[in-house]
Amino acid sequence: MKPAEQEATAAKEEYMVGPVDDVPERDGLLVDVAGETEVGIFKVDGTLYAYENRCVHQGGPVCAGVLLGKTEQHLDAGGRVLSEDLDDSRLRLVCPWHGWEYDITTGRVAHDARYRLRPVELTVRDGYLYVVV
Amino acid sequence: MDDTARRASVLPGRTQEHMLVNAERERDRRGLDDVFIVDCDSHLYETNSFPEIVRRVRNRNIRRPLETMSAEYIQGFMIPQSIGDRSVGGRLPISQMQHVIDASDMHPIAATTLHSMDSMGIDYTILFPTPMLNLGLTPQIEIEIELGHAFNSWLLDDVLPCSDRLLTMPYLPLGDPDACMQYIEDFAGRAGVVGFMITAVRYEPFHRNQYMKVFAALNERSMPIAFHSGPNWFDRPFTILGRFLGVHALGFPFYAMTHLTNVVLSGLPERFPNIKWIYMEAGEAWVPFCIARLDNEYKQRSAEAPLLQRLPSEYIRDMYFTTQPFEEHENSAHTRAMIDIMNGTQSLLYASDYPHPDFDTPAIIWDQRCLDEREKRAILGDNARALFDLPGRVAVPGGSPARAS
Ligand code: FES
Repeated sequence: MKPAEQEATAAKEEYMVGPVDDVPERDGLLVDVAGETEVGIFKVDGTLYAYENRCVHQGGPVCAGVLLGKTEQHLDAGGRVLSEDLDDSRLRLVCPWHGWEYDITTGRVAHDARYRLRPVELTVRDGYLYVVV
Repeated sequence: MDDTARRASVLPGRTQEHMLVNAERERDRRGLDDVFIVDCDSHLYETNSFPEIVRRVRNRNIRRPLETMSAEYIQGFMIPQSIGDRSVGGRLPISQMQHVIDASDMHPIAATTLHSMDSMGIDYTILFPTPMLNLGLTPQIEIEIELGHAFNSWLLDDVLPCSDRLLTMPYLPLGDPDACMQYIEDFAGRAGVVGFMITAVRYEPFHRNQYMKVFAALNERSMPIAFHSGPNWFDRPFTILGRFLGVHALGFPFYAMTHLTNVVLSGLPERFPNIKWIYMEAGEAWVPFCIARLDNEYKQRSAEAPLLQRLPSEYIRDMYFTTQPFEEHENSAHTRAMIDIMNGTQSLLYASDYPHPDFDTPAIIWDQRCLDEREKRAILGDNARALFDLPGRVAVPGGSPARAS
């Protein structure tokens, strides 16, 4: 595995997305910025997160993927599986190309925290959301 | 609201075309439009085309009932299915990957394939079916023979003529050697045919004498044979596994290993030296294992493989293996060792497996730090160009689906 190369940013510009309330809770938006960069913007428990839409695996459109809780198995004291369920308090963004999972709050690869999505800066002003790239 | 602000536009939901925008970006970042790339294993979803395919069934008594059935019925009840959730619990958008582009000037399957090829910078692709990869498991041999022949005819008559960049290796109904002979007669000389394909999830002991005429006919024509692998959860050893992950991980290489072992130990490369043997969709991590394992066994039991003039490893290193899924080691020196053991810079053939959900874009090879540029180009296209005797590159930068000249 190798992370996709990170490109250095020159002077940063703000691009308006729209009303901040348009970002759905426990879901997200995918926006195109100047025809050059795609950014996924997500809201979880009222907090916004934004990442470049480029998976560290093969560059897939990770931010077009689903947000799902981490799958957990619950064992009894004897090691028997009692149940399996999604832990909705630990949301994962799943890349639609091959299923690599990311912690939505950190952008880190779930199976290898050395690698992460490129975070994108957000600004909210007068109720409107801007990406800063 | 700041009316003077630059705007970011909110994109619509996922579509297959949108999914490939990222492939185009990765292609351009690496300049892959300047690299000759042959995709030696890509797929079409023939489900929607079953009405066109069954019209080509030659036997009226088989064609008539098939024509009364829906595509879903044919796929669900006439072709054995390979169970297992490819979507990982709905995480992967399988139905989006099956999306077919409408096209007024060519068959939609051709237009869809050319679009994905252009997005990834691929010059040629070798197309295979999807549900019909399990046709070899039907107990109704006449259904296999008729549907397989109809599929090959449909692909060669209706889809491949749309572009010289589309190639195939027609399906062979291995269960009936006489039918195989007819298929070879009918399809070997057709435009776009670069060999024949045997689905690996099947159980004929093809080292037996009744199959030799099939190999002889292919040897006479110097036609490559590809064993296209897959999983089969119903197969006894896999029934102990509780999750598809394990079946998927082991199933593909399991059948490839079994057939490779049979080819080598029965001396088929000695009997039919003009045949090139290819193993598809099983990755490559299993090949160094087979090399070490078969050499070790052969040294102890060579009397059981009397046709062999060389060690099994020497035959294996003359064979070909498609790359997908490329099993990269964490340590690139280990990836290099895997490639060296199997003579991979000469024997590996890039494959995407697109649009199946574990597909690889060409970047998977281009980004390997353990390969120099000449080796990357060999695996991505030059090995296939030599093997299939393909002309130079034809990809149309910008993605025109027009027939290549
Ligand atoms: S590109 Fe995202 S999982 Fe492969």
